Amino acid sequence: MSVVMSEDQITIEVDGKELSARKGQMIIEVTDANDIYIPRFCYHNKLSIAANCRMCLVEVEKAPKALPACATPVMEGMKIKTQSKAAVEAQKAIMEFLLINHPLDCPICDQGGECELQDLAMGYGQDVSRYQEKKRVVKDKNIGPLIQTDLTRCIHCTRCVRFGEEVAGLREMGATGRGENMTIGTYIEKSVDSEMSGNIIDLCPVGALTSKPFRYSARTWELIQRDTIAPHDCVGSNMHAHIKIDRLKRVVPANNEAINEVWLSDRDRFSYEGIYSDDRLTTPMIKKNGEWQEVDWDVALTEVKNKLANILSSQTAESFGVIASPSSTLEELYLLQKICRALGSNNIDSRLRQSDLSDQDDAPVFPWLGMPIEYMETLNSALLIGSNIRKEQPILNHRLRKAALRGCQVSAINMIDYAFNYDLANKLVVSPNHMLDECLGVLKALVDETGASVPQSITDKLAGITVSESHKAIAESLNDVENSAVFFGLGANSHQASSQLRTIAGLIASISNSKLGYLSEGANSTGAWLSGAVPHRLVGGQKNATPGKSIAEMLDAGLNAYFILNTEPELDYWNGADAQTALSNAEMVVAMTPYISDAMKDYADVLLPIAVFAETSGSYMNVAGELQSTNGVSAPVGEARPAWKVLRVLGNYFDLDGFDYVTSTDVLAEALTAIGDITPDNDKHWAETFSDNTQSSGIACIKDVPMNSVDAICRRSKPLQATSDIADGKLHVNSSTAASLGLTQDGMANVEQDDNAIQLTVLFDERVPDNSVYLHSANAATNSINASLGSVKVSKV
Amino acid sequence: MLRFGINNLDMAEVKENILTQHTIEEIDKWLAKYPADRKQSAVLAALREAQHQNKGYLTPELMDAVADYLGMPKIAVYEVASFYSMLETKACGRHSVSICTNISCMLMGSDAIVEHIEKKYSIKIGESTDDGRIFLKQEEECLAACCGGPMMMVDHVYYENLTPEKVDEILDELD
Repeated sequence: MSVVMSEDQITIEVDGKELSARKGQMIIEVTDANDIYIPRFCYHNKLSIAANCRMCLVEVEKAPKALPACATPVMEGMKIKTQSKAAVEAQKAIMEFLLINHPLDCPICDQGGECELQDLAMGYGQDVSRYQEKKRVVKDKNIGPLIQTDLTRCIHCTRCVRFGEEVAGLREMGATGRGENMTIGTYIEKSVDSEMSGNIIDLCPVGALTSKPFRYSARTWELIQRDTIAPHDCVGSNMHAHIKIDRLKRVVPANNEAINEVWLSDRDRFSYEGIYSDDRLTTPMIKKNGEWQEVDWDVALTEVKNKLANILSSQTAESFGVIASPSSTLEELYLLQKICRALGSNNIDSRLRQSDLSDQDDAPVFPWLGMPIEYMETLNSALLIGSNIRKEQPILNHRLRKAALRGCQVSAINMIDYAFNYDLANKLVVSPNHMLDECLGVLKALVDETGASVPQSITDKLAGITVSESHKAIAESLNDVENSAVFFGLGANSHQASSQLRTIAGLIASISNSKLGYLSEGANSTGAWLSGAVPHRLVGGQKNATPGKSIAEMLDAGLNAYFILNTEPELDYWNGADAQTALSNAEMVVAMTPYISDAMKDYADVLLPIAVFAETSGSYMNVAGELQSTNGVSAPVGEARPAWKVLRVLGNYFDLDGFDYVTSTDVLAEALTAIGDITPDNDKHWAETFSDNTQSSGIACIKDVPMNSVDAICRRSKPLQATSDIADGKLHVNSSTAASLGLTQDGMANVEQDDNAIQLTVLFDERVPDNSVYLHSANAATNSINASLGSVKVSKV
Repeated sequence: MLRFGINNLDMAEVKENILTQHTIEEIDKWLAKYPADRKQSAVLAALREAQHQNKGYLTPELMDAVADYLGMPKIAVYEVASFYSMLETKACGRHSVSICTNISCMLMGSDAIVEHIEKKYSIKIGESTDDGRIFLKQEEECLAACCGGPMMMVDHVYYENLTPEKVDEILDELD
């Protein structure tokens, strides 16, 4: 923080060593950069300076007393001593004060062994305290399922308070009371709701804030630290996994300034709790005469081979299809498409939540962010189309927030009035039926302003559009501004007319000279496109001359055999109920899955237990096109095996050529060679033609996936499921629409779409636009009603 | 201080009309003294008015209402309310009685005054009478009226040269 961007270099002397520094830097920034250690508790390079712990006192020549290194700017010729008698005495005195009230409970404290206070007390503390008075005691507060408080241990550094205000953008913690009675907390009993809240666990220099799920389950010196990649969003945050005897006990962020800096979203931090769920599939299983049997791998794979060979002997290869999670590794997706295509089928898809694929042939080689992640901080204006970026890609939102605090004008066109942790310059919240019109409004304002030309089909469309003040304001904020961007979010991607939205987004970006960025689903959508895990493209994004079927086409066609990789289509696919029916009707469904569910038991015929992200080596390409490889960090549960190994062996069972890999690195090397050199390019807007959009009338349905329900692992992480960001299976509706429909809070409503009808509890939610209802995806209760299938009928039960 | 992202959901939960029209008028008078983008400057005055409206103490609902009115994070208002001794955050009697027990008053017999009042109402320092009339605030440090010790402050009014009889007279007068 507070780095003054001045080129003025000055020279200072620290412990007799000459150092060059920028004018206005704090002493501690210079010493940190030069590997000179100064003890500290409250200073953190990503937070503002509080200078309240005083641990970093150093001797500065000509200053009468020791000065805090974190809050003393360097000056030309300044002579600093960090190890002198005066400095060390000052530090020891501070340590003595800090320890007056700190309990001596290190043996039962989770922070023990990795505690900054414990470490520094070794260096600066006395063996015995001179204070005989009673130590103060602070009552612990329950601040939710993720963070354990032991506030008696708090030394009031206020890092957590500053984090809330400066990084999370939601000040939830504070210092209440005064003097000896001052305590850090939320004051009232409430859970801390920020999607990044877990970071205060890392920031806390003592054991006052620790991980609740990890509590009392391991000592830090028993843990081995290995590196891995977060698999829940398109960011690919770097993480350290902490392992105790082959079991993943905890996850903390690994520094990577280009990606997640020092932060981690709560989803990435606590999803590991789902790894050891009771739902884990621990042995291969096959269904014989309707009964599930546990078998060994050879029996299971032989069954797969024989059954599929049997089907393929009587049917065309096109009767076989593959549905993969876009969060699978690049190696897995590459091998999966290799098997699929070697068996003669192009039916492979990983675009689980996208219903409108009509423009897929115009798509770039892979849809990407359009810029490196760091670049988002430098934006001066941005337009989000259909994005809840704060919950969907918390780390990207943090970058955008930094830009917004710097003055970036962020505008949003959304279907739900999502809460942002910065002020939006312009906000439009409309029902799905009006999304396109709003985007066209912005486009028209831009065309009016610049005189740019657009394709005839769009000119026709624009004629009927009225430009509002908001449209004008958004257009002006983007046009001719250096470093501007249009982001196409997951809400737009899953919209029933997403191809048209994409065209408009592309035109808005190109006319306003903004970068176009796609925020993609899953952890490896980019890798899926590149490795050919889409029906219309081969490895490296080559056009497929004989394109296969998309998931919807597969399900409609009623294929005979399906392979499923690492997904629960009944929850992960946009039309979950349809998927469930089609899979149940198939002759054969092979599920490569870490988890077993009742639905899966019903439709699958062979269950192959695969490793989750932490248990397998593999690579993910993030939305900015950065390929990151990781090793398996913990042992797979039971008989589960990394999916790439399962696929490799499956290739051998089918006697396919080129399945002799020894390690996943071999697979990656082959895949990368096949992919070749690719420069991502979003610049060309996708669809050249523009079909007419028929708006449906009636009550529109909006669906999205709550942050902590995005995939099978998160859905099984108990701490994450105890947060409020989960699929609640309720009917969200605003109170005025509810009144017009005769619905009451907590009453039951009947929701009908086509031939499906479900009954849901009503929840008043003022974020929902008028004449719309909002349901969470990834919930079995709502998977038969789908936003992409037009309007719904809602009535009181 | 930076202020961002008051959670929309939190806002929706706040009940309307927590602050009375009179309280809001008083707060507005204070707001007029500060620049429009420095509304939090009025927080002390706003809390005092809110406390007055509620006859002597603040509740989380009142503090939340003040936070929303001034556009501050709620926790920031809790911090202020819990810091200042003239703001009460727990239910207490409507008349606040503070007896100075610092050195000058102590030498002049403040201990006897404390004892008298504690006995009179059968409550200890820090407690309130059951009828909600008297709140015996925590022992005060020096209130800077040493020349008139022993002294006490009742509802912000100083009473000096106290005797048990004089105390009775003052306190019995209260409604």
